[in-house]
Amino acid sequence: MNEQDKASSTTPAPEPGAHRWPLWEVFVRSNRGLSHVHAGSLHAPDASMALRNARDLYTRRNEGVSIWVVPADAIAASDPDAKGAFFESPQGKDYRHATYYTKSEGVKHL
Amino acid sequence: MTQSVGDSSASATRITPGNALRPEDIAQATRQGAAKASEDVAEYALRLGDDALILAQRLSHWISRAPELEEDVALGNIALDQLGHARSFLSYAGSAWGKSEDDLAYFRREPEFRSAHLFEQPNGDFAATIARQFIVANYQFPLYRELTRSSDPMLAAIAAKAVKEVDYHLDHSTQWVLRLAGGTQESRRRIIAGFKLMWPCVGELFEDDELTARLGDAGVVPSSLRAEFDRGVADVFTEAELDVPASPPATGGGRHGRHSEHMGYLLAEMQVLAREFPGASW
Amino acid sequence: MAQNVQSGGVSTHEQSELDAAGAENFDAIIARDSRIEPRDWMPEAYRRSLVRQISQHAHSEIIGMQPEANWITRAPSLKRKSILMAKVQDEAGHGLYLYSAAETLGTSRDEMMDALVAGKARYSSIFNYPTPTWADMGAIGWMVDGAAICNQVPLCRASYGPYGRAMVRVCKEESFHQRQGFEILLELANGTPEQKEMAQDAVNRWYAPSLMMFGPPDDDSPNSKQSMAWNIKRFSNDELRSRFVGMMVEQVKVLGLTLPDTQIRFNEATKKWDHAPLDWEEFKEVLAGRGPCNAQRLERRRSAHEEGAWVREAATAYAEKQAAKNAQKVAA
Ligand SMILES: [Fe+2]
Ligand SMILES: [Fe+2]
Ligand SMILES: [Fe+2]
Repeated sequence: MNEQDKASSTTPAPEPGAHRWPLWEVFVRSNRGLSHVHAGSLHAPDASMALRNARDLYTRRNEGVSIWVVPADAIAASDPDAKGAFFESPQGKDYRHATYYTKSEGVKHL
Repeated sequence: MTQSVGDSSASATRITPGNALRPEDIAQATRQGAAKASEDVAEYALRLGDDALILAQRLSHWISRAPELEEDVALGNIALDQLGHARSFLSYAGSAWGKSEDDLAYFRREPEFRSAHLFEQPNGDFAATIARQFIVANYQFPLYRELTRSSDPMLAAIAAKAVKEVDYHLDHSTQWVLRLAGGTQESRRRIIAGFKLMWPCVGELFEDDELTARLGDAGVVPSSLRAEFDRGVADVFTEAELDVPASPPATGGGRHGRHSEHMGYLLAEMQVLAREFPGASW
Repeated sequence: MAQNVQSGGVSTHEQSELDAAGAENFDAIIARDSRIEPRDWMPEAYRRSLVRQISQHAHSEIIGMQPEANWITRAPSLKRKSILMAKVQDEAGHGLYLYSAAETLGTSRDEMMDALVAGKARYSSIFNYPTPTWADMGAIGWMVDGAAICNQVPLCRASYGPYGRAMVRVCKEESFHQRQGFEILLELANGTPEQKEMAQDAVNRWYAPSLMMFGPPDDDSPNSKQSMAWNIKRFSNDELRSRFVGMMVEQVKVLGLTLPDTQIRFNEATKKWDHAPLDWEEFKEVLAGRGPCNAQRLERRRSAHEEGAWVREAATAYAEKQAAKNAQKVAA
């Protein structure tokens, strides 16, 4: 841990090195009809090796029928800002959920 | 909202045993007398089983020593696949003589082993291991594919499971041959050296003899696989800009129990504990 | 690790405001026992403490492969050989899951690996004991993996998300590790007198070291308190150790073996299992690098790492050449 990331809100990227294999994020579909779910990450020199390593590492016990690998640094993520403005809008908009509609409670097949 | 860390129902971590043909199933079938190999089929199964067993023994040595942790896991998988095939073939072979997989693995002497020399070749560096693995996969893949059509249903069933796994071994070793040949000067030098070291053992894999002739539809005639092997190798070698080594074939003799100097050490290590306690249960 | 999509740089003034807001948010998340995720603000000490703990844990998994890999080629049956190989392979996977979790905190695996092979990082001292007999495979599975599971199950709820998630995966895979070890011992205990003796000898040798896996006694464990306040650790070392002893004392009866400790008893007053005092001097010696196999274990890891360098370089060079080729094709 170096000094400059003291109390920083972002995660510093690992130092790129001459023979360091990049990091890949692995997503596994456990069954047909289900989404790919983030399973973890691994290191590999390129996409085809990343896929193969993911197969060996994350599906040894029949955990998957399909795998995606994505270079970790190709993922753009929402800002983890403490105030959470990014996710504020859906808050309070309960009318998007069925439970908001109480008067029809008890009506069958609704 | 609370995040569900530790949610054991997370679908991507589902763990199920699968339902493929297992060595235990074959051992059970043979014990119950549901499957009994003929003498010739047993001899043949012994060859295939010994190839896989000796290779698994070699590959397993890489676990905790591989060039990268991901490769520890990959080589471990291949070793486990080979060991699984070995157990199936040996269990079935043993049915002819009332012997278990362990009787055959641990209590035969060197001249009784029927594996070809390639499988007992020392691991060497990673390149030598990959060269050996590439040759093995290019041999085993068409072999098992053809064996799925064997007139012997048990051999066909074992091959049906094995061929899918070896398909992956073929892919794994191909990927590494391309990377080592097209990587750095150092890696290229090493993979060329690896193939030079292993190539003399290729010829033996495709030698026919009386047994393979007698087997007929039950087995696969080794020489019939050579053309496809050469094509498979040539495809990858062309892309990798590698030449087929000119090394002359070695004498071989593994199918008849004549092994290289390496075999004695391998067997001594593998068998030491079982032989210390003959008849013991583990 | 994902890139942070944000605009421009931040002034020091803005930064300190962000820190204050971040600290408040962090405390609130911990207070409601929720999870911290990689890109959340976190106190530097929390980050440091996690990196230390997770990387030590990862190193332990990786070094821990060696004492068991020692028997793969000599396993006495093909079934045991398969099981042992699958188990040691799992441990490599555990190391990988954990290194990945640590990487989300900004320390690369290479840095961690370099520290390990340079002898600058710690790992569980138990893996510095030798495995002279096959029964050690049983004792390690039953006792060492058993102790690890006791430690790890509560870690599935660790406040740092990636660590907790890695531990969920690890714990699922661990479930067979302890059983296979127990069954190895069971077979030996019911075998020939020599086999039974081998089993008892292994249990005798691994008992104290496995108890020490829970770490020093609570009154001598400086980091524990803070770690519990941060919801990383959920139970104290002594609490977990006591639970473990309680389980062992019952299970050993099924084996028909004994634990080398005549002082085990359930203490009605504390509701805890008491056991004989442990030799913490030995623990510190082994941790400091003076155990029976420290040098050997590190040397093996170092040589694997160094001898693999040309392979890693080759794969990188190949990937670069292929990328350049593809770029050319696209341009053409
Ligand atoms: Fe583990
Ligand atoms: Fe562990
Ligand atoms: Fe384990």
